[in-house]
Amino acid sequence: MSASTAPDFRTRLQDWLPKLVLAPSFAVTILFVYGFIGFTVVLSFTGSKMLPSFKWVGWENYAKLWALPAWNTAIVNIAIFASLYIVICTLVGLMLAIFLDQKIRGEGVLRPIYLYPMALSFIVTGTAWKWFLDPGIGLERVMHLWGWESFSFTWIKDGDMAIYTIVIAAVWQTSGFVMAMFLAGLRGIDNEILKAAQIDGASNWQLYRRIVIPLLRPAFLSAFVILSHLAIKSYDLVVALTGGGPGRATEMPATFMYSYTFTRNQMGIGASSAVIMLMTIAAIMVPYLYAELKEKK
Amino acid sequence: MSAVTQDTAVSTGRAMRVLIYLLLVLFALFYLLPLYVMGINSVKPLSEITGGNMMALPQVWTLDPWRSAWSTAQIGVEPTGLKPYFLNSILMVVPAVAISTIVGALNGYVLTKWRFRGDSWVFGLMLFSCFIPFQIVLIPMAVVLGKLGLAGSVPGLVLVHVVYGIGFTTLYFRNYYAAFPTELVRAAQIDGAGFFQIFWRILLPVSGPIAVVSVIWQFTNIWNDFLFGASFGGTSQPMTVALNNLVQSSTGVKEYNVHFAGAILAALPTLFVYIVAGRYFVRGLMAGSVKG
Repeated sequence: MSASTAPDFRTRLQDWLPKLVLAPSFAVTILFVYGFIGFTVVLSFTGSKMLPSFKWVGWENYAKLWALPAWNTAIVNIAIFASLYIVICTLVGLMLAIFLDQKIRGEGVLRPIYLYPMALSFIVTGTAWKWFLDPGIGLERVMHLWGWESFSFTWIKDGDMAIYTIVIAAVWQTSGFVMAMFLAGLRGIDNEILKAAQIDGASNWQLYRRIVIPLLRPAFLSAFVILSHLAIKSYDLVVALTGGGPGRATEMPATFMYSYTFTRNQMGIGASSAVIMLMTIAAIMVPYLYAELKEKK
Repeated sequence: MSAVTQDTAVSTGRAMRVLIYLLLVLFALFYLLPLYVMGINSVKPLSEITGGNMMALPQVWTLDPWRSAWSTAQIGVEPTGLKPYFLNSILMVVPAVAISTIVGALNGYVLTKWRFRGDSWVFGLMLFSCFIPFQIVLIPMAVVLGKLGLAGSVPGLVLVHVVYGIGFTTLYFRNYYAAFPTELVRAAQIDGAGFFQIFWRILLPVSGPIAVVSVIWQFTNIWNDFLFGASFGGTSQPMTVALNNLVQSSTGVKEYNVHFAGAILAALPTLFVYIVAGRYFVRGLMAGSVKG
């Protein structure tokens, strides 16, 4: 900082300028992020229905929430969806990255093809997959027309299976992005290590299992954090693909929160579900961000 | 990131290579399939979709579905097509991206070159805000936008996207500027350059790569946003919300070809940005945030 002995107005202004520039953003963050979180937390303890009210009801909303079948469906669904989505995306992403890393001709063509779904809106993805998976005009019908009469694929109409169609569409959308993260990790590995292991007679399989994959730990961690965060927030894809249906079979916390708050006029319960979503994400993000920030100092 | 072009030293047998190529191509087809289905079915008459094969090329090529999706399709109650909503999205995206990127650049500059006590706390608080589920702010945001008289308006959506975008833009610029030598800034200061002069003359000219990252990131996120648009869009709904209304509408015949044309219209701007500048995005990300 400027260390003038007799600071006139100009140098004093220069001292304050950086903080002045940062202040609006800081104020906005405190108000619109943390203030709003506080507001929602307070609402979750009130009997708010259609409009916010401040009638304190203690833990009543949380008790009601966990007794609601729709919320239990949402929790079961997010557990199924998030675990399959994270595992499959990671496996597909890792596999594609390892294969693309084998001096592949045409890598420059393949990589953007794998990545482009990430640029699309989940609403677009949902629209495309909705009709593709629709038995009436989509895949099932195509198979019938091509002569495979017994082919049946009606998951999207089936309450027990519809959640898996969301997994398919979500994996389609993000696995290429995970591939890019792993590919960046692979390209950062020192080839000398690999050559040394090869001289020691390690097979390719051993090489990847024992050396490469352990070295990719940071990429696994970032992939896990980003994917779990995307999974918990997933709202648009469900709306576009299944609309939460058939019935309420694909209800997720994000769709539950929206419908209870804005269409069912149970704002208190909606707020409590939002608080639970926030706490879940915070449990994953805070340790990660803390470790990241600490490392960089 | 000089190693970015370096392939692995692992060597593979011939049979294995064939298998690898086969799998890579199969996956490429999997990723292209929905785009292909949307593309060819958006230029077919409806009868060919309901009575024909989704995978087949059109027998009669037509641009009517595109015309309909753009200017006459029923969105909600009005037969306006997607055009007005496309304009809403443009009017929302351009200022929101510009403001959040400029603010992010200034914040990153302050947080790396004008450090003060507690600056990492400020940054930590802003960083965490990137990852909150937006459901937690929906209710108070609706109240505040109502009080400000911005509910259901494009400026309201701009405000929302700027507020929840500056966390990411600040993160990008901070990580990028952290690698920039602070001595240059100090030297300029000794020569009498002021806060904005240093930013304008020294930092900004080298900010190209990270500005590209920030603009692409913000553009894709804001253009593709559905939650805020659906919650606060009112009569100024963005493209994604209008597309969803078009596709989910339960009245009349389902015009699949129009839906597909609409979906591609909604996807075009981000696809375009991705095709034109996607390479710089990956490169900029590696130069900036990954290496931190």
